[in-house]
Amino acid sequence: MSSPVVEVRNLSKRFGGFTAVDGISFEIGRGEILGLLGPNGAGKTTTFQMMLGLVTPTSGSIRMFDLDLQSNRETILQQVNFSSTYISLPFSLTVEENLRVVARLYGMSDIATRVDDMVQKMEMGEWRHKLTRKLSSGQMTRLTLAKALLTEPKVLFLDEPTASLDPDIAHKIRAILLEERQATGLSILYTSHNMREMEEMSDRIIFLQRGKIVAEGTAKDIVARFGQADLEDVFLKLARE
Amino acid sequence: MAYHRIAALVIRHLYLYRRSLPRVMEIIYWPFLDLVVWGFITVYLATFQGQMPAVVTFLLGALILWDVLFRSQQGITISFLEEIWARNLMNLFASPLTPSEFLAATMVMSLFKVTAVSVVMSLCAWLFYGYNVFIIGLWLMPFIANLVLTGWIIGVFTTSLIMRFGQEAEVLAWSMVFLFQPISCVFYPMDVLPAWLKGVAAVNPAAHVFEGMRGLLATHTAPLTNLGLASGLNLLYLGAVVLWFHHTFNVCKERGSLVRVGE
Ligand SMILES: Nc1ncnc2c1ncn2[C@@H]1O[C@H](COP(=O)(O)OP(=O)(O)OP(=O)(O)O)[C@@H](O)[C@H]1O
Repeated sequence: MSSPVVEVRNLSKRFGGFTAVDGISFEIGRGEILGLLGPNGAGKTTTFQMMLGLVTPTSGSIRMFDLDLQSNRETILQQVNFSSTYISLPFSLTVEENLRVVARLYGMSDIATRVDDMVQKMEMGEWRHKLTRKLSSGQMTRLTLAKALLTEPKVLFLDEPTASLDPDIAHKIRAILLEERQATGLSILYTSHNMREMEEMSDRIIFLQRGKIVAEGTAKDIVARFGQADLEDVFLKLARE
Repeated sequence: MAYHRIAALVIRHLYLYRRSLPRVMEIIYWPFLDLVVWGFITVYLATFQGQMPAVVTFLLGALILWDVLFRSQQGITISFLEEIWARNLMNLFASPLTPSEFLAATMVMSLFKVTAVSVVMSLCAWLFYGYNVFIIGLWLMPFIANLVLTGWIIGVFTTSLIMRFGQEAEVLAWSMVFLFQPISCVFYPMDVLPAWLKGVAAVNPAAHVFEGMRGLLATHTAPLTNLGLASGLNLLYLGAVVLWFHHTFNVCKERGSLVRVGE
């Protein structure tokens, strides 16, 4: 197997006396989709934010593309992007203006064509000139996903990317992500509280609880190991322990 | 420094100005109103011309230059606040953008605001009161440059406080600069201050700019000492606040509060 694209070793984050992430280690291979599962407060967002260089780890290391994140922030973040149901883009700009600014920020060439292609791919044509303030929450989610894919990342962090989408659009988004992975070898770290989606999308899953990894493997493995009917039951069992 | 990232941020702000009336008012209408009010006061005071020589030249000139400092500071701080209000800090700092590039972009925005405001005010002063700001001559350039730098210092300082202390500190964006006004000696000479405050004003670069301007208008002496002091202090402080901004940025990443500013 080729070396992993993402390598996290003994990563911890303490906020004062409270340990939010407690010595976790995992890897993500090229083109792999890793699901990050865990109840509220398990440390998923903190892990994401450390991997995006927004929060400094207390200890441990994060490496991507064989480089250390601390000392190669710019090179790494140029090849990484993220999307979340909980973020937005500036409200006073139109959808298209926001995408153009992002493309410039990442130094993309041929911005007009790229933006056109993305608008088409994400079916945003009808509202590309709308102010971002006027988007529905589902449209906003699609826009933040579009901004993440626009920069052609090699690693994508997705925090509940389909939480506010209707089933039709959610299905299309999953298809686009799988297609992207197929075409470009995109690696994805993914959180979702939708267990069916987790099973469908993830090659492997890690289960985080109180900052620690308490289970790891394919969805099937995990379900079998815990002797449950499906991932949802495993979640309930682990979360209630 | 990657120029395309700085340009991206500047373009993002220009998109905002293109369709926002309040933002356009901030650089055109408010400075205009300021000038009109002070213009009338000046015209009134000028009727005592015998007792108060050159009062017109002093007050309007001082007002325009004070606005340069104020808008320069606002250019920095408001640009940062815009990102907080838009909840855009996470998008920016999870990109390859560095804190220095971010600051550089706010400085470009500050220059943009200062230029717009100076043009509006100088033009109005000339049209309504027949006041030619260029009476100060070519010395105006180093004066303005120094006031822009002082504005940046106060702007970066305030921005760091807002980043560190969040929403409660937002009001500083508008008020901080006025803490400096009494010791900037905008409308009166440093000599009128009590001795202890004079000492404080002496280490304020803006005070030296306004002293220099008055000296130039009153006695036509080249304000070299004042400009030297102002530039030296400005460079020293700017270096210090930029370092402090970086330090605060790292503290916020440590505490996990960077993307929570404003929440
Ligand atoms: N900046 C911070 N300062 C102090 N505590 C924090 C900070 N950020 C997160 N925490 C705490 O760390 C723990 C993990 O939070 P985190 O947001 O990573 O959880 P999560 O798994 O993403 O939860 P959710 O599913 O609700 O989004 C929580 O108990 C939270 O209160």
